[in-house]
Amino acid sequence: MTTFRTCPTTGLKVQDHADNLMRAHAVVGVVALLVGGITAILVLLTRWQAVHLLNAEWFYRILTIHGMNMLIFFILFFEMAILYFASGPLLNSRIATPRVGWVAFVLMVAGMLLVEWTMFTGQADVLFTSYVPLRAAPNYYLGVILFAVGAILVTVQFFATLVVAKREKTYEGSVPLVTYGAATAAIIAAITLLHGAAIYIPTYLWSLDLMPMDAEIYRLVWWGLGHSSQQINVAAMVSVWYLLGALTVGSVVLNEKISRSAFVLYVLFISMASAHHLLVDPGFGPAWKVWNTSYAMYLAVLASMIHGFTVPAGLEIGQRVRGLTKGLFEWLRRAPWGDPGFSAMFFSLVVFGFLGGITGVTFGTEQINIIAHNTLRIPGHFHATVVSGTAMAFMGLTFYVIPLVFRKQIAFYPLIKWQPYLFAGGMVIFSVGMTFAGTFGVPRRHWDITFSNAPFNLEFSPAVDLLISIMAIGGIIAAIAGGIFILSTVWSVFFGRPLEKGSTGFHGVPPGIHKQPVPITPEAAAAFEAAPTGMLGKAPGTLVLVFVFLLAFVTYYFVNWKLLSFLWQIG
Amino acid sequence: MHSGVESPKGVWWKPAEASERLWVIVAFVWCMVLFAMMPLWHLKGGQNPSGIRSKVDPADFEARTMQFVQDYQVGEENGFPVVAPPPGSHVYLIARMWQWYPVLRLEKDAEYTLHISSLDLNHGFSLFPINVNFQIVPGYDYGLTVTPTDVGDFRIICNEFCGVGHHLMLGKVEVVEPGAGGGNE
Repeated sequence: MTTFRTCPTTGLKVQDHADNLMRAHAVVGVVALLVGGITAILVLLTRWQAVHLLNAEWFYRILTIHGMNMLIFFILFFEMAILYFASGPLLNSRIATPRVGWVAFVLMVAGMLLVEWTMFTGQADVLFTSYVPLRAAPNYYLGVILFAVGAILVTVQFFATLVVAKREKTYEGSVPLVTYGAATAAIIAAITLLHGAAIYIPTYLWSLDLMPMDAEIYRLVWWGLGHSSQQINVAAMVSVWYLLGALTVGSVVLNEKISRSAFVLYVLFISMASAHHLLVDPGFGPAWKVWNTSYAMYLAVLASMIHGFTVPAGLEIGQRVRGLTKGLFEWLRRAPWGDPGFSAMFFSLVVFGFLGGITGVTFGTEQINIIAHNTLRIPGHFHATVVSGTAMAFMGLTFYVIPLVFRKQIAFYPLIKWQPYLFAGGMVIFSVGMTFAGTFGVPRRHWDITFSNAPFNLEFSPAVDLLISIMAIGGIIAAIAGGIFILSTVWSVFFGRPLEKGSTGFHGVPPGIHKQPVPITPEAAAAFEAAPTGMLGKAPGTLVLVFVFLLAFVTYYFVNWKLLSFLWQIG
Repeated sequence: MHSGVESPKGVWWKPAEASERLWVIVAFVWCMVLFAMMPLWHLKGGQNPSGIRSKVDPADFEARTMQFVQDYQVGEENGFPVVAPPPGSHVYLIARMWQWYPVLRLEKDAEYTLHISSLDLNHGFSLFPINVNFQIVPGYDYGLTVTPTDVGDFRIICNEFCGVGHHLMLGKVEVVEPGAGGGNE
């Protein structure tokens, strides 16, 4: 028999199965984050040549473990929890078939454990990408397949739950924007995971010597998984931005049509991004590269640029309609900067856009990729998107999940208020150091850039040492912030104080929960609509911010074309 | 007004507010500029990753390279043959665990067709210090037309993971003044 509780904060009806499934996925996600975080420090301290901690064999092994835990296990377990939240509680619905949910969960955990075992025992030193003919033990591929099958079941469950909610009329009107965004993430997840099956099943057979594999076709199909999975992150992260905006300051949706159409653009074009990794490959011609790398003329980039406007504009109008109307930026200045849910969300938005987005589009340009491919510029870019963007948004969400889903206060709350600042600051320093080191041609995934035992000598510019040291310092700051996050989360969940008891200095809950944004009355909304606007429209602060962004984008983009033009003639 | 966690009631397909519409248009125009730059660079720019692309059997590629070395070898360095092909010729470079073979001596301002392929795993061709990068995939011949524009001593870093000796895989390219290559000796 299933039971529901009514959330005292949000008024949503939460089924016990939904609660338990969300908790289970979130807990395993945090465990993967811990493994990924410890290995991150080991990788960092090895790439920092002044320390050079691990030997070559363990460096590549640990790097493999870092990549799999962060990019696959942590992120996907977390996203599965978000899919349960967006389909069940957010629609006041039951989960379609909780039993299938648990089967899927067991499959994912079993797959993860199998992969971890092969990696830690040195049977899979193939890095995250496992490019054939590099060979891992068959159990490694089998583990990934089990994990992917489990994840496919969760996405199917998500759609089944949408159908249940619709049929049982648990909500009126259309699904909320956050659920809509999560649905696009789930569609992209289904596409991604099918690519995963299409590549890991043949590779598993190949590892058993049952069929041949072409190295280039592997790269094409594998990146259908590898890059598209990052686009699940983008769609999920944008949904979390809308969600945290609503919870922390009561931000509004400017225009459902625009925001939802932007999500649809993600679904339509995003799986073409496999091409970003194949721009300087011998297997594909220029027309294929240009068309695919641009997501059919940059329509998925357009989607992100639209969300980059509508999310802050939603915050701005939400604040303005509640009276913060002075000047261009009172809404931002007087935002709840002490609320870790808000600060994490806002930093995620800014760093994802300015660092991750601009570098991503620039490096993904066919010709500019010549001066970016496989250098440190690439991990510099994706740490700004996946870590400072997605992971930070998920951390901000966790500060609301602990009180709302686990019904616990957040342990070490005074530290947690600062955690997003520390994490964002560290990651910005890290990504900038890494990206600029890459402009000197420093390779990614490399144990020894002093080339001490190589047949020829090579010495990078002293600037590279400096940039790598900056990267290391930023990385250590971010790792400390990550450690604080994990410590607080684990402590809260297992030894935390129940929500009902009053908060103390040590424990706490974000203001969005105990001091919710005042509801917008129809009169206030009508007055806001009717009020005269200047030439910059209803969200003038945001309009200024997005044009600053555009200026940064245009500058970085054309500087890179200029750098490219200095090279040898190549064609 | 409603937030992203509330269900919108009724018809929500409404025209966008002016500033939002402006941004969508500006962003769209910028996306078209981003797109147009790539075909334009193929027409006007000097650096494109097109090349002559074909499949190749690794054994055949190795044989072609050995013939090429035999034809144009001018010396030896650290156990690698130094090869000085004449301007305009086809040049062959093997990537394998963990070597770039052979050492190349090219002339400034001369055009070559540089064929690179791998005999085993994926490798990454990264020319230091000018930071030019290409993916080298076993079974595929990447034939790039290159014209060196600077004299100097260059290195080839491998920037695709290729096993535990990956960091040892360092090759060499020398670029000399026109006519100083000695390729016609």
